[in-house]
Amino acid sequence: MAATATTDESVVFDKKAWMGGVEPMNVSYGKLMMWFFLISDTFTFSALLVTYGLIRYSYPAYDPAIHGTPFHFSNIYWPIPDHVFNAFPFFHGSNLPLIFVGLMTFILIFSSVTMVLAVEAGHRRDRRDVEKYMLWTILGGLAFLSSQAWEWSHFIHGTEEGNTVRELVGGQWLERTIFGANLTENQYGPPAFADLFFFITGFHGTHVFSGVILNILIFYRTATGMYDRRGHYEMVEKVGLYWHFVDLVWVFVFTFFYLV
Amino acid sequence: MATTDATSTASVHVAEHDHHEHYELNFWRKYVFAEDHKTIAKQYLITGIFWAIIGISFSVIFRLQLGFPQMKLEWLRPIIGNWIEESGKLSPDFYLALVTMHGTIMVFFVLTAGLSGTFSNFLIPLQVGARDMASGFMNMLSYWFFFMASLLMFVSIFLETGPAAGGWVVYPPLSALPQAHKGSELGMTLWLSSMALFIVSQLLGGINYITTVINLRTRGMSFSKLPLTIWAFFLTAVLGLISFPVLLSAALLLIFDRSFGTSFFLSDIYIAGEALPNVGGSPILFQHLFWFLGHPEVYIVMLPALGITSEIIATNSRKPIFGYRAMIASMMGIAFLAFIVWAHHMFVTGMNPFLGSVFMFLTLIIAVPSAVKAFNYITTLWRGNIRFTPAMLFSIGLVSFFISGGVTGLILGNAALDIQLHDTYFVVAHFHLVMGASSAFGLLAGVYHWFPKMFGRMMNDKLGYVHFWLTFIGIYSVFFPMHYIGIAGFPRRYYSFTSNDFTSNIFQDMNAFISLAAIVTFSAQFLFLYNFIHSLIKGKRATVNPWQSNTLEWTTPVIPGHGNWPGEIPAVYRWPYDYSKPGAKDDFIPQNVPYSQTPESNLPHEKELISLEQAIEAQNFNDQFKQPH
Repeated sequence: MAATATTDESVVFDKKAWMGGVEPMNVSYGKLMMWFFLISDTFTFSALLVTYGLIRYSYPAYDPAIHGTPFHFSNIYWPIPDHVFNAFPFFHGSNLPLIFVGLMTFILIFSSVTMVLAVEAGHRRDRRDVEKYMLWTILGGLAFLSSQAWEWSHFIHGTEEGNTVRELVGGQWLERTIFGANLTENQYGPPAFADLFFFITGFHGTHVFSGVILNILIFYRTATGMYDRRGHYEMVEKVGLYWHFVDLVWVFVFTFFYLV
Repeated sequence: MATTDATSTASVHVAEHDHHEHYELNFWRKYVFAEDHKTIAKQYLITGIFWAIIGISFSVIFRLQLGFPQMKLEWLRPIIGNWIEESGKLSPDFYLALVTMHGTIMVFFVLTAGLSGTFSNFLIPLQVGARDMASGFMNMLSYWFFFMASLLMFVSIFLETGPAAGGWVVYPPLSALPQAHKGSELGMTLWLSSMALFIVSQLLGGINYITTVINLRTRGMSFSKLPLTIWAFFLTAVLGLISFPVLLSAALLLIFDRSFGTSFFLSDIYIAGEALPNVGGSPILFQHLFWFLGHPEVYIVMLPALGITSEIIATNSRKPIFGYRAMIASMMGIAFLAFIVWAHHMFVTGMNPFLGSVFMFLTLIIAVPSAVKAFNYITTLWRGNIRFTPAMLFSIGLVSFFISGGVTGLILGNAALDIQLHDTYFVVAHFHLVMGASSAFGLLAGVYHWFPKMFGRMMNDKLGYVHFWLTFIGIYSVFFPMHYIGIAGFPRRYYSFTSNDFTSNIFQDMNAFISLAAIVTFSAQFLFLYNFIHSLIKGKRATVNPWQSNTLEWTTPVIPGHGNWPGEIPAVYRWPYDYSKPGAKDDFIPQNVPYSQTPESNLPHEKELISLEQAIEAQNFNDQFKQPH
């Protein structure tokens, strides 16, 4: 319906571009819609990160002078991420702070690079290259999701020693050891810590998952020659925009949960 | 990209063309899962009317309780069943549910979906000169998501525990804890699910509106020639695009608090002496997230009505709209300010008073663009050759409500005064006038004005006049006395006022008067309903341009077919408000009449624009086939 206003006369894109009858920014309606969707999704994530910030800073930070050294988990203060996320698959027991999540982040950002290459190959209308790089991107996405699954499962199961808490039950102080995390309590810190972790990384993971599904769809359509017949690979670009956005959001999620 | 695949895209379009050639759509594709913007607009309108009947009748039921607390309501038992108690009175639980559902239905389903959904869908392609929306498929999805949201909300009304009852703002912890109130059980779950679907629908629709306005304008239709309706719909869609996602986040977090044991909004709560395990959350956080949507939402409701009014007042005053650019600038100002004033809803929630004064300052600034709009309407009417069509009457009524409701906004915007008036009937009176009734009048004006374009028939004027006067007087009779009741200290959302002398005796007659006025106003709407249905079937056949209006939709056939224009989409050469131009033959010159054809009325600077006409005509890349396809 809406024409991809590509014509022989490139002269029309001068100052008359906003005069109507032509797509003013030389962007098809589909790509424009993707941009606007991303703007709205930005606000969804912003609201969640604002929630994170507000709840997190309503808790005190760990202070060695008050809470004692060395650092230990407590539901009184927000944990230091280095001590929570320090495991690595097959390196049981070693203290490797943020190494695994660093690897995850690297994988995801690398999948953005391969996506750029796929888009570029689409511009050249090189079907084989698009297939190749889409496949790498899908693999990157799946690797990220699997890593996140491992990260979650480790977070849920917790450390072997757990964390012992004292609580007042029926007028008596009882000691109890909490292992791992769920939505109501966790061994690492206040319940809100795990709540926010699960919700926000989960929400982001859902986005990555949808992205992988879209990427597979694009790969399939490329492989069956649909875009060749259509004459352009714009769908690769549109899904590419989404994929980069999901990466960008991860950078923020990563910063909030793991770095600060 | 523009140059590389020039040839390829051409072939794409031929393929697309063939695809569209052989269509005689079946019933389902044509009327149910329709992708034609005009059909979708009618679907929105009819769903909106359906919800309006339910929403307003709810308000009449709770007005009975407020106006006549001793009244036996046995006769309502066949309709609302056991919500009438043994004693023959309305159950207090159901009263709260009625108030909540009235707010939710009217704000979201009637004045957002019913207003914006109808007129954005109907008018954007017709007035910018497009064959259809950018994506008809997404547009169809948008309606059906709205339909599913409606269905869930409708089902919730019939639950044994009742629909959501925590107010339309669903503040936690009341809404988060099922044990807090009957309405916080399944009713609240359905409310949140319904709202999540509704937000998806709004986003699908909004993205489409924005993209269509940017990309699919016909040649010559620059942004400075867009009718003010389109400007209003465009800015409304931008507001929705940015604010609704925040409500989505809040709703999802609340769903987790309700169903999965998290504590984002919950902390330190005791029920029957037992502490709940939730710690660390903040109910005020929810209010911030909610009102970040909630405040722009009032402009999402209001701006389309103002846009419709601009168009109708200019047409029926036979005068150019006064201050076209000032109107656009003030709408932009309102849209921008809409995002930075939300905390004025929270002056009494325990916010830092300094923050309160910042939000107070920003809130009061909104009076400036709003006043610009009000003055521009009045100056457009001033010495106009006014035609009092029903649509015109409703538009003037809108301006009246917008002013009298806006003035009390200045009072409520003051943090110090708001502490006194917060959550009283003064607030209820304020927002019902400035946003509820105004916006509803915009909706009604729009229906009266564009009914001929929608259905090819005219509505009955006489019935329209009666409908207008009954509604106009009725609404003022309902909401004007409410200011006094509010100042006297009556809190809103209360089931009955029995414990104080002043509440139980002195103002009871005023409350009874308000309720009577509400019943009259509600009854008057059935005149409209009758007029609507009767005109649909037996109305006088419409002519092509019954209001002698300038905008592009009146250049289509009486009932536009698929693709809107049978031949090429007309080009646009002038702004939409050339009414009563000195020297011109008629008192209106449609947008598609070039300056070269009107030498008698051209102004000096317009003579220069004649040279641009060929360039405008040549720039026809959005409508390459020059026929509907």
